[in-house]
Amino acid sequence: MDSAAPVAVSAMPQGNQGPKANHGSTPREDQIAALVKRRNASNAVAGGIMFAAAASSVAITCGIVAMLTLESLPFFREVNLWDFLTDTMWAPLFAAPRYGILPLIAGTFVTTLVALAIALPIGTIIAVYLSEFAPHTVREVIKPATELLSAVPTIVFGYFALQVVTPALQTFIPDLPTFNMLSAGIVMGIMIIPYVSSLSEDALRAVPMLLREGSYGMGASRMQTAFKVVIPSAISGLAAAYILGISRAIGETMIVAVAAGMQPNLTLDPRQPAETITAYIVQVSLGDVEHGTVAFHSIFAAGATLFVLTLGLNVFGHYLRKRYRKAY
Amino acid sequence: MSVEAQFAQPRPGNTVLTGNTAPLGNTAPHQRPHMTEASKPASPQLPPLKAHAKKLSFFYGTHQALHAIDLPLVDMHVTALIGPSGCGKSTFLRCFNRIHDLYPNTRYDGEIILYPSAANIISRDVDPIEMRMRIGMVFQKPNPFPKSIFENVAYGLRLKGIRNATELKDRVETALKSTAIWEEVKNRLNKSAYDLSGGQQQRLCIARAVAAEPEMLLMDEPCSALDPIASGKIEDLIRELRKKYAVLIVTHNMQQASRASDYTAFMYMGKLVEFGATTDIFTNPKSKETEDYVTGRFG
Repeated sequence: MDSAAPVAVSAMPQGNQGPKANHGSTPREDQIAALVKRRNASNAVAGGIMFAAAASSVAITCGIVAMLTLESLPFFREVNLWDFLTDTMWAPLFAAPRYGILPLIAGTFVTTLVALAIALPIGTIIAVYLSEFAPHTVREVIKPATELLSAVPTIVFGYFALQVVTPALQTFIPDLPTFNMLSAGIVMGIMIIPYVSSLSEDALRAVPMLLREGSYGMGASRMQTAFKVVIPSAISGLAAAYILGISRAIGETMIVAVAAGMQPNLTLDPRQPAETITAYIVQVSLGDVEHGTVAFHSIFAAGATLFVLTLGLNVFGHYLRKRYRKAY
Repeated sequence: MSVEAQFAQPRPGNTVLTGNTAPLGNTAPHQRPHMTEASKPASPQLPPLKAHAKKLSFFYGTHQALHAIDLPLVDMHVTALIGPSGCGKSTFLRCFNRIHDLYPNTRYDGEIILYPSAANIISRDVDPIEMRMRIGMVFQKPNPFPKSIFENVAYGLRLKGIRNATELKDRVETALKSTAIWEEVKNRLNKSAYDLSGGQQQRLCIARAVAAEPEMLLMDEPCSALDPIASGKIEDLIRELRKKYAVLIVTHNMQQASRASDYTAFMYMGKLVEFGATTDIFTNPKSKETEDYVTGRFG
């Protein structure tokens, strides 16, 4: 790394036959040596700062994992891991508590699925439109407008679900309860659309123009070019966008806490009320559960479960990206 | 070189002008003020034409990239476009299948007549998609689609609505054979086209263009991303393709132009400086600029 400086300096003393050998080194060479030395020093400092920044994110991740593990250990001393994963009832605050995570996972799963059913198709269609079809002027209006959606606080989305979407749905499904996963999932999907569309559009626009020209040059229409050439080329980027959308949906808290109800409910029917993992964590951490009790430690067990779910997804997304990466 | 002797001169006995051709000489010189005297004697009687650019100008926004270019393209022959970078060769070539339409703020002026139908390629009334199906194009860098080798070649056929599996298979095989890549890929037609080498990918792209049975073929520096051996194969291929198509090729490589083309057009600063039989352009250019360029004194 800093080999340049010693070479520049040490070259001269050995050059005894040279006419300027007795001077050691010329002023010009001294200047260059000093310059290189200074530059190497500042490089080392900058490198150190950048390494610290990069290392901090790793350290924080490790810290979170350690915290989740340590805090959920007391929980798993009281509750058998097998029961935790297979019991069909979640009632940590009852007199005879039951700690089966399945109802919370089901709630998370159903709301996420409903959200994805909304966000992935609409987000992809928006991305394809903006990247392949929209004239420049239209794009300049729609893109910021879409991204504005992601600036809406999620609590606002939660009340939008409760006050607008649920009553609207009730006109189609008369016996729909006030709190239900369908409404929460739909609004969560709307919330995720900008993430999916923006990242998908980036992936589509990264496809080289040369490939599009090849397709158009054969006489393909915009639609054929978009669906037969551009989307297959961008598949790894699209997968990354989808995975991020899924992670957002799984981790989303306020909308489901407000609109899906707070009752653990083992069902796959989106019309039912249910509680997600995140909503449970909010419920308990805001309530008057005593620190140190099993019920208190249960939120860390739930958090660890959530972490494992999203980690698994991210690993899967990483695999997809590598598997389908295209060398243009 | 025997190859040059064989191909460089316009083929004799082909000079009878039928009704569906347009001789270069039918436009009076005063209507083509941009053309130097040098380009005029480029054989007033050419063999049947495949296409004819007439007073073709092209604009990127307000910047005029092509200035009233008149250039005949002889059928079943190779016409090479040479000139320094930025002279408008690729811009000119890309007019022929309306690729410029994909970008905003571009404008054509003049005509490109495609024979025998005598349709004006750049007319607003002509559907660019139809023109692109009739005129094949090969690009600077190999650009296979993210599909199997077979599906790449079948792409244009499917666009034309061919669904019959046997017909697709036959025509893909014919195209791959005619581009001399069949032996290399016949056992892995279902593998991704990205598994091929650069030279193979480019021949695959030529096969893709040829499979759709176009009326003429455009090649925009098809060898610029390839090594000499792969380039040599493509040049051999161009000489074969000439038997069926009119080929318009942009090249930076003087040797390639002299080896592979029958006619050569020298462009400079968006203007056509000189057009003629390739041997004339390289051995006896009329214009000083052409001479300087082909002898390597500038550009």
